[in-house]
Amino acid sequence: MTWQTATVTSIRAETPRAKSFRLRLPEWRPHQPGQYYSLRLTAPDGYQAVRSYSIASSPLEVGEIELTVDCLTDGEVSPFLHDVVEVGDELDVRGPLTEYFIWHGDSPLLLLGGGSGAVPLMCMLRHRRLALPEVDVRFVYSVRSPEDVFYRDELGEETALTYTRRMPEGWTGAVGRIDAELVQRVAWPAGMAFVCGPNGFVEAAAGLLMDAGYGPARIRTERFGPSG
Amino acid sequence: MTTRGFFGRRRAPEGMAGRLPPGQYYEEGFPVLTAGPTPKLATDGWTFTVEGLVAEPRTWTWEEAHALTPSRFEGDIHCVTRWSKLGTSFGGVSIDTLLEAVEIDPAATHVLAYCYDGYSTNLPLADVRNGQAWVAWEFEDGPLPAEHGGPARLLVPHLYFWKSAKWVKGLRLLDHDEPGFWERYGYHDYGDPWKEQRFQGD
Repeated sequence: MTWQTATVTSIRAETPRAKSFRLRLPEWRPHQPGQYYSLRLTAPDGYQAVRSYSIASSPLEVGEIELTVDCLTDGEVSPFLHDVVEVGDELDVRGPLTEYFIWHGDSPLLLLGGGSGAVPLMCMLRHRRLALPEVDVRFVYSVRSPEDVFYRDELGEETALTYTRRMPEGWTGAVGRIDAELVQRVAWPAGMAFVCGPNGFVEAAAGLLMDAGYGPARIRTERFGPSG
Repeated sequence: MTTRGFFGRRRAPEGMAGRLPPGQYYEEGFPVLTAGPTPKLATDGWTFTVEGLVAEPRTWTWEEAHALTPSRFEGDIHCVTRWSKLGTSFGGVSIDTLLEAVEIDPAATHVLAYCYDGYSTNLPLADVRNGQAWVAWEFEDGPLPAEHGGPARLLVPHLYFWKSAKWVKGLRLLDHDEPGFWERYGYHDYGDPWKEQRFQGD
């Protein structure tokens, strides 16, 4: 699989520190929900920096992909994407990648996301909405505060938000870190669970899933380290 | 293609750039990457086995493995997700020491490392010999943390780090190359970071 040069067609702020970039690809390939692209920046002296970003858009959106990028303060690539990149800029990308963290369309589907871990899970939710509405899905989404919710307008009845630091006024839903009660409430007796987020979230969520009866073969995880 | 406005700001410290394989960046932390949940393993009941194409399989308990000649690795590790950590140290036992305790069938060419969580990875036998591979149970000054593969992981630092299987349980010697977990999901069978062998076909 080779590198290709994509063109930025739109940029949307998801939160004060996350933006979604739509890229038009000359050699678009259908991806599977959960896959990612590598993105490469090249300096005038040839120095390169490469990072990987999950695809947020459904593969039914032919010709383009959407990557949502959380801005890491001490990062190299994500602050550049946030502060410098504009519509019309060209970026080198390679993908779609990973054969593992992929939803193949099976039902029921359980998604557990922490922070920007919502990105590949949103790809699954969007693809379900467009192509497989009969699939039963539940999405637990852990965020620090109301400003940190990605894709706010697209979250529906399938989503249970939990706020770990500050909740919206009048909130009656879950608060605090994901716990056994919340996981017991959303666990399905069958099907896969996809867990994505910072390592601490993934460790906790995967452990709670196992306590709720999910065997390791039903759990797929994707973790972010302190990189970016 | 040069990227408009990009000049780079996370280059490796002075004198270290030559230690970064192509496409890797310098990382001071130690990111955790695992396909599934972290298994909880006690050292009571932990064993490590060398089996397959050997005259007699051999199994060591935690205490028996610790009674072997200790060996340390000091150097750099490279993850396929593009971070490299320079100047790490791990302690454990050399795979050479374990292989000396068995009689290897001359037909053996490869090993499959298999793990407590069902993970596996394949390597040429030659790549785990001659001081190139360890079963490691110490990271820097302490016990290897569970999220990094503790109680013990395979350590093969000259290949991408997914070959350094966490929660390793044994090595099976084979007369052929048999893809392991990530290799079946499209990752390279060998994984040389200096040749950027990330995916099948690289």
